[in-house]
Amino acid sequence: MDRIADIWGPRTPHAKGTVWPARVDRHLEEGVAEEDVERWVRSACVLCSNGCGCEIAVKDGRMVGVRGVATDVVNHGRLGPKGLYGSWSWANSADRLTRPLVRENGRLTETDWETAMGRIAEVSRWLLAEKGPLSHGFYTTGQLFLEEYYTLAVIGKAGLGTPHMDGNTRLCTATSAAAFKESFGTDGQPGSYTDIEHCDAIFLFGHNMPETQTVLWMRVLDRTRADDPPKVVCVDPRRTKVAEEAERTGGVHLAPRVGTNMALMNGLTRELFAGGWVDEEWVGRHTLGVEELRETVEPYTPEETARICGVDAGDVRRAARIFGESERVLSTVLQGFYQSHQATAAAVAVHNLHLLRGMIGRPGAGVLQMNGQPTAQNTRECGADGDLPGFRNWSNPAHVRELAELWNVDELTIPHWAPPTHAMQIFRYAEQGSVGLLWISATNPVVSMPESSRIRKILGGDQCFTVVQDLFLTETAELADVVLPAAGWGEKTGCYTNVNRTVHLSEKAVEPPGEARSDLDIFLMYADAMDFRDRDGAPLIKWRTPEEAFDAWRECSRGRPCDYSGLSYDKLRGPTGIPWPCTEEHPEGTDRLYADGVFNTDPEYCETYGHDLLTGGTVTPQEYRAKAPAGRAHLKGAAYVPPHEEPGEEYPLLYTTGRTVYHFHTRTKTGRSRELNRAAPDAWVELSVPDARRLGIAEGDRVRVESPRGAIEVRARIGHVREGAVFAPFHYGRWDPDEVATDGAPRQANELTMTIWDPVSKQPYFKTAACRVVKVADGDGPAPAPTTTASEPAGGSVPPTRGGPEADTSAEPTATPDYPCDPAVTHEAPGHIAEVAAPGRS
Amino acid sequence: MPHLAVYVGLLHRSEQTLADALRTVGEGHAAEGDVYHTCDTLAKMSEEHVRRLGPIARRYGEQAAGEDVEEPERLHADGLAGVREGPVGLLRDLQDLYVLGTLVQTTWTAVAQAAQGARDRELLELAHACEGETGRQLSWLNTRLKAAAPQALLVAT
Repeated sequence: MDRIADIWGPRTPHAKGTVWPARVDRHLEEGVAEEDVERWVRSACVLCSNGCGCEIAVKDGRMVGVRGVATDVVNHGRLGPKGLYGSWSWANSADRLTRPLVRENGRLTETDWETAMGRIAEVSRWLLAEKGPLSHGFYTTGQLFLEEYYTLAVIGKAGLGTPHMDGNTRLCTATSAAAFKESFGTDGQPGSYTDIEHCDAIFLFGHNMPETQTVLWMRVLDRTRADDPPKVVCVDPRRTKVAEEAERTGGVHLAPRVGTNMALMNGLTRELFAGGWVDEEWVGRHTLGVEELRETVEPYTPEETARICGVDAGDVRRAARIFGESERVLSTVLQGFYQSHQATAAAVAVHNLHLLRGMIGRPGAGVLQMNGQPTAQNTRECGADGDLPGFRNWSNPAHVRELAELWNVDELTIPHWAPPTHAMQIFRYAEQGSVGLLWISATNPVVSMPESSRIRKILGGDQCFTVVQDLFLTETAELADVVLPAAGWGEKTGCYTNVNRTVHLSEKAVEPPGEARSDLDIFLMYADAMDFRDRDGAPLIKWRTPEEAFDAWRECSRGRPCDYSGLSYDKLRGPTGIPWPCTEEHPEGTDRLYADGVFNTDPEYCETYGHDLLTGGTVTPQEYRAKAPAGRAHLKGAAYVPPHEEPGEEYPLLYTTGRTVYHFHTRTKTGRSRELNRAAPDAWVELSVPDARRLGIAEGDRVRVESPRGAIEVRARIGHVREGAVFAPFHYGRWDPDEVATDGAPRQANELTMTIWDPVSKQPYFKTAACRVVKVADGDGPAPAPTTTASEPAGGSVPPTRGGPEADTSAEPTATPDYPCDPAVTHEAPGHIAEVAAPGRS
Repeated sequence: MPHLAVYVGLLHRSEQTLADALRTVGEGHAAEGDVYHTCDTLAKMSEEHVRRLGPIARRYGEQAAGEDVEEPERLHADGLAGVREGPVGLLRDLQDLYVLGTLVQTTWTAVAQAAQGARDRELLELAHACEGETGRQLSWLNTRLKAAAPQALLVAT
C-alpha cells in the first residue's frame, strides 16, 4: 500500500465504547524483506507529537525500516507516512555531521572534540568571570530525550544559574502549557486519546489533525466512519479534511477570519450561557470566576460574533448547540490557536467550555491541548524551557527550596526572581550582546523563527558566540562558531512523553556515524569541562548513563503532577508506553486527569499564580491566595481585541503559515526521505479562487508574496483557503536535497512573519500578518503542493500526489489485545463505558 | 464640593498623560516587540478612560466654573518627552510609567471616595471599572520591569 497516496491507510470502523482495533503498519527499505531484518529494536516515533510505539528494523548495523507495536496504547500498531518513510532514512545520509567544526578565519573547519569543547569552555569561563551567568543562553528543542533535557536543565539552573533557557517548544506548544496552568493550576494533559472512542462530538480548534497527527486522525476516522459517528466541528480558515469530515457527520465548519479566534470562542461561550447548557451545580463546586466570564462574553451575540469573524451566525448557534447537547465532547487544539492572535486566552476558552459543561475527567469528555513535537512534553516537565523541573512554581520559595535540596546547591543559584526568559527574549539579548554565548541544540531557528532576516543577522553577528549541536549542517549551523555532531533517534537510548502523557523508552539500535555523540554525552562533556560542583564540592551532575539520568529525574518528579515514581527502564520495556502519573498506587499509569474534579490549583501545589490574559501581567501570590482556589479550576475570560497587524491598502491580504502532512519542521529529516520529499518538494502559497481571479493568478504561476518585513517568491496553488487569506507552509528553508531552491528566490515563509508573541505563553504569532501578492511569471505546471490534503487544488487537472513502487508498505490486521487503562470494552457492546478512577494527587 | 471638580480634571488629564507616555515608551522601544504592542494595548485602556470621563468632566466643569483652586497646574504631572536608550533606559522608562500609573490609580481612589460622599453614582461606577484597569496596567509594568532588571543591571553594556 502506497501511504503517500493513501495517507491514513485502510479503515477499521468500530462502535462507540469499543476498543480501537489493532493493526500493524510496516515499511522496509527497497530491497529489504522482513526475513532480512536482523533485529527489531523498541522505540517510539519522533516525527510528530503523537508518540506511536514502534520497532526499528536493523540490518548490517543500519536502520532499514520500521513497524508499529500492536500492544502499544497510543497507536495500536499503526504508523503514519512520516514515521514509515521518514523516521529512520535520514540516518544513512551522506551529509551527516561526523566531526566537530570550529570557525577559523570565518570558515567552519573540522576539528576534534577536545578542541571544540575546549573552545566552548574557554568562552563560557571567560563570560562567567566577566559578566556572570546571565551571559549564557540555551535554546533547545522538542526532540531530545528527557534524560538530556533534565541534564541540561540542571547544568543551566544549578551549574551556571541562568534563567535564559528555552526550547523551540516556545514556537509550538508553549500555549498548551500556559493554558493548562491558567485553568488547572499546572501543566498536564487532562484528556486521553481513548476519549475518541467515547465522545458524542469532537471539536477541533485550529487543529489540522489529518496532517499533523495522522495516526490520531485514523483513530478518529475509525469512529466517524462507523454507524454511530460522533459529530465533528472544525474551526479552521482552510477547508481541511477535518472540515470535510464535519460536513459528513452533520457537524459544522467554522472558518473565522484569521486573528479572530477569541471573538469566536466568546460567541460559543455566550451561547452555552444563553442556551441554559451550563452545569451550574458542577460549576459552583469545581470552578471560580463564572460571573466574570458571563460578563466578559455577554457582548458576543451570534450576530456580533458573525460580524467580527466573518462566519454565519447560524453556524455559531449550531456549533454551540452541539457542544451544549452532547453528553461527552472531546476538544483538541493546535497551532491555529497557539500561533494566532490571543493564543492563550483562546486556548483557555476551550477549557472554559468544558468546565461550564462539567465535561472533564470522564471518558469521552476531555481536552487535548496538542503538542507539535514528540518530546515537547519533556522539555516542559524537565525544565529545559522556561519552567522549573517537575512543574514547580518559580515564584513559590518552597518549590525552589525543594530543587536546591535535591541538587544540593544554594537556593540563590537557581534563578527565580522573574519568569524564566522566553526564546524571543533570549534572541533579543543575543542581538544586544548581553547574552554572549548561545547554545542551540537540535533546532533550526534560522528557518523556524519569525522574521528570518533578523534571526540570520543575530546568529551571523560577532556580538554572540553561537554553539549548534545537530545531525546536519542546517541553515542555523552554517552560522555557528562551533558545530557539534550529534547522534539521533535510534543511535542513542532515552525516554520521551507524548501528548497524552504516555512515556516510551527508545533503545539504541545502531552506532552514530563518525565521531557523533549523544546529546546527553555532549552536555555531560560540557559539565565536566566546566567542573560544576554542588555545595559539598562533589560533581553537580551525578549520572553518566541515560538510565541513571532517568532515575535522577524520577526523584525530581516524585509528588508532582508529572509523577514518574512508578516508572523504570525495566518497566518501560513492557508491551506498551505508560501514561504518567505512574506511582506505586497506580502502577499502570493514569489514562486521564481530574476524574475527581479536583484541580492542581492549591497555592502550595500550583505551578503559577496566573496572569492577566490580555497583558501577561502576573497575579501576585497574595492575590492568588485571597481567591482560595482549593482545587477549583479557574474560569478566565478575555475580550477580543483586533490583531496587531490588519490588512490595509498596501497589504490587503491576511498571511498565515502552517504545515503539510509530508514534512516535519524544517525538513531536516523528512526532506531526506525520497518518498516524502517527492510528495512535497518545494514551497508554495495557497490562494482562494476569488482572490486568484482578482489578481490574475492561475494554478502554478510564480508569485511574489510580500509583507512589511520581507518577501518570498513561490508558486501558487489555487485552493481552499478562506477568501482574503494566503497560506504558506513554513518547512522550506534554503537547504534542499535536490537543490531546487538554488535559483536564489527566497521561499521561507518566516521572511514575512512578525516579531510578536502572546503576552502569556510568549508563543510567537505566525498566523497573523498582512501581505500582498503579485504575479511574477506564468507557471510551467501545477504548484508543487500535495493534492491529497488541505492543499488540494480547487479545480483543474493537477496530477494526484503518489509515492510510487518504493513507497510500498504493509498494513496487517492483528488480534486486538487488552490495553491497560483503556476504559473501552474489547467486545462489541456499544454504549458501555467503564469509569476508570484517576488518582487524586498526593 | 469645591475641589472634586479639580480632581476630576486632574484625572482626565493624567489618564491622557499616561496614554501618551505609554505610546512614547512603546514606540521608543519598538525593538522590544512586547513593549511596543503591550504599551499600545495599555494606552488604549487609558484613552478609553479619557473618553468615558469626558461627559462627567464636562458636567463637573460646568458646575465648577469659576473654581478657585490655587495654581491648579501644580497638581499635574509631566508626561515623558522622549525615551532613554538601551536596556537600562527601558528599565527607567518603565519606572516612569509606573509612577504616572500610580498617580492615576491614587487619583481614582481619591475621586471614588469623594464620589461616594457626593452620591455621584455614575462617577463611582466609572471609578471602580477604571481603577481595576489601572491595576492591570501597573501589574504589567511591574512584571516587565522585574523581568528586565537583572539583565539590564548585571550584564547589559
